[in-house]
Amino acid sequence: MKALDTWERVLIALVALVYLGFGLTIHGFLAPFAIADSTTNMSEKGIIALAMALLVVAGEIDLSIAATMGICSLAMGMAMRAGAGLPQMLLAAGAAGIACGALNGWLVTRWQLPSIVVTIGTLSLYRGLAQVVLGDQAITGYPERLSTWGNGTLGDLVDRPGLIVPIEFGVWLVAAAAVGLLLHLTVHGRRIYAIGANRIAARFSGISVDRYRFALFVFSGLMAALAAVLLTGRIGSTRPNLALGWELEAVTIVILGGVAIEGGRGSIVGTVLAAVLLGSFTFGLGMLNVSGIVMAMIVGALLVVSMVLPRWLKYGALLRRVRVA
Amino acid sequence: MTRAPLRVPREALLALIVLGIVLAVGARAPVFLTLRNALDVGNDSAILVVLVMGQIPVLLTRGVDLSVASNLALTGMLCALAGKAWPGLPLPAFLLMAVGIGALLGAANGWLITRFFLPSIVVTLGTMSIYRGAIFVASGGAWVSDQDIHPLIKGLPRDTLLGLPAPWWVAAAVVAGMAWLLRWRREGRELYAYGGNAVAANYAGIPIRGRLTMAYTISGALAGLAGLLWVGRYSIAFTELASGYELTVIAACVIGGVSIGGGVGTVGGALLGVLFIGVINAALPVIQVSPFWQQAIAGFVILVSVMLNSRAQRQAGRQILERDGGLAQGGTT
Repeated sequence: MKALDTWERVLIALVALVYLGFGLTIHGFLAPFAIADSTTNMSEKGIIALAMALLVVAGEIDLSIAATMGICSLAMGMAMRAGAGLPQMLLAAGAAGIACGALNGWLVTRWQLPSIVVTIGTLSLYRGLAQVVLGDQAITGYPERLSTWGNGTLGDLVDRPGLIVPIEFGVWLVAAAAVGLLLHLTVHGRRIYAIGANRIAARFSGISVDRYRFALFVFSGLMAALAAVLLTGRIGSTRPNLALGWELEAVTIVILGGVAIEGGRGSIVGTVLAAVLLGSFTFGLGMLNVSGIVMAMIVGALLVVSMVLPRWLKYGALLRRVRVA
Repeated sequence: MTRAPLRVPREALLALIVLGIVLAVGARAPVFLTLRNALDVGNDSAILVVLVMGQIPVLLTRGVDLSVASNLALTGMLCALAGKAWPGLPLPAFLLMAVGIGALLGAANGWLITRFFLPSIVVTLGTMSIYRGAIFVASGGAWVSDQDIHPLIKGLPRDTLLGLPAPWWVAAAVVAGMAWLLRWRREGRELYAYGGNAVAANYAGIPIRGRLTMAYTISGALAGLAGLLWVGRYSIAFTELASGYELTVIAACVIGGVSIGGGVGTVGGALLGVLFIGVINAALPVIQVSPFWQQAIAGFVILVSVMLNSRAQRQAGRQILERDGGLAQGGTT
């Protein structure tokens, strides 16, 4: 699977179009601080989209990923209330993410259940547990360091005020590079494609399919924990509706990024570009005072169009033949 | 549809569990066993029944319709706005409008799915946001509140016929229609055939695209009808109406034994699934458990019921020759 295929080029063109179009029409859209700010808009979602991309390539899906973020944030908050320091809080978030992912993975592999059903169930379960513990309360009072991670820039870390790239964006890029290398340049990545293309054939060619699928769900929980730490730091609180509905945004990013929902095709480059595209586009709409729900509508339309368009162009001829036959 | 010997006990089991919960809660709080409470549970569940009946044909074809809650809210909002703009509309006009708009929105899903061979989950994920946003565009973000809702819409869920509230009758009619379609009509049987084996159904000459479009259109039409009932019952229409309710609909189906994998599921089972959710929701406040538990319990029950389903289906699916006793479940990879 090429990392830079036609679809990725289309996405690059669209991103350029968004920055050019909004840059020319909105005053200040291309100011360095605005661009830096727009990246926070996409980084956390981009992080969970990376894990989602791997899962979708392998023919699975994790709709509980945002609910897992809620659980991770909750674990952090409870660790803090129990008097733990920052390292223990991070550990708690990570452990919660791994546990949530492992439960998904166990249900999918051990019970041979379709991941969409399992993760709809665990979405409800995780979100519900967060609600049971939190009720309508929120946990606040997180340490300063956490807020720096969520809101600060890389310049804050190395003491260079001129470097205004947000830490979140840096974290996302590093994670994307790591996941991209894994998927595109290692044998594990090839196996993930193989599993997504044909799980049974993959099993017969000696790939321990279920071990990979399990690992991918655990990884998804881990990435949810990472995103939860950043998000909790940025907004400084844990609420039961934290990251509500983000699972759908992550799926949208992945599909828009050219990953085939039936598995076996797609790239991390495309996923990252799609996250940038959606992030910058919604940021621009936000500057135009477009309400969030209309943005969601436009994103939904983009999702449908991004699926319809390539099939229309590419398979149009094929479709016509099928219909005649 | 093949005979699945384990499914009948499964539905009976679910019915027993529901009965057990009712009796257990009733023992702690006798008010739970009154007719009044039963009517309340029924009223609350009627809308869910209508939505679930729409979801069944879609699930039978290995699809899923995530846009039902947005469809419900959009149709409800449009009906509310129409009632506000034209106070002279009669009730049949509202009903026709709700079903018509809903069917149109559902047909749009079906068209996208069949015309471009797209997976239903992504298409309906997209239209879910699109329909939701369309509510905002149509209403300008404003609420249509109690005094602006047309009295006929408000009156519909409160009308009674032979002592039973109208939502019961609507739900009963929808259930009867769906049972007839799925059991006695060729179109309905073909949905099972397609869900059981899509390739074989194609070779057998079943007009697949037509049947799929029909399934999504039905789902949409019933979501629209549910939208009218919802707006009437709660007497309000706003953008976030019934947000996230699609998961409850799917949960009821899955609990009731309608397989996401397609081809398996009955109207009766799904009804039990709705009843289960309705009873749980009604029981929690009665036994003074925080309503915050609702979602967690629903999630837990979904997982348990699909795990039970998988045991039943694994044995049935792997068996090629008829064999007495059957083998133990196949090893996992």
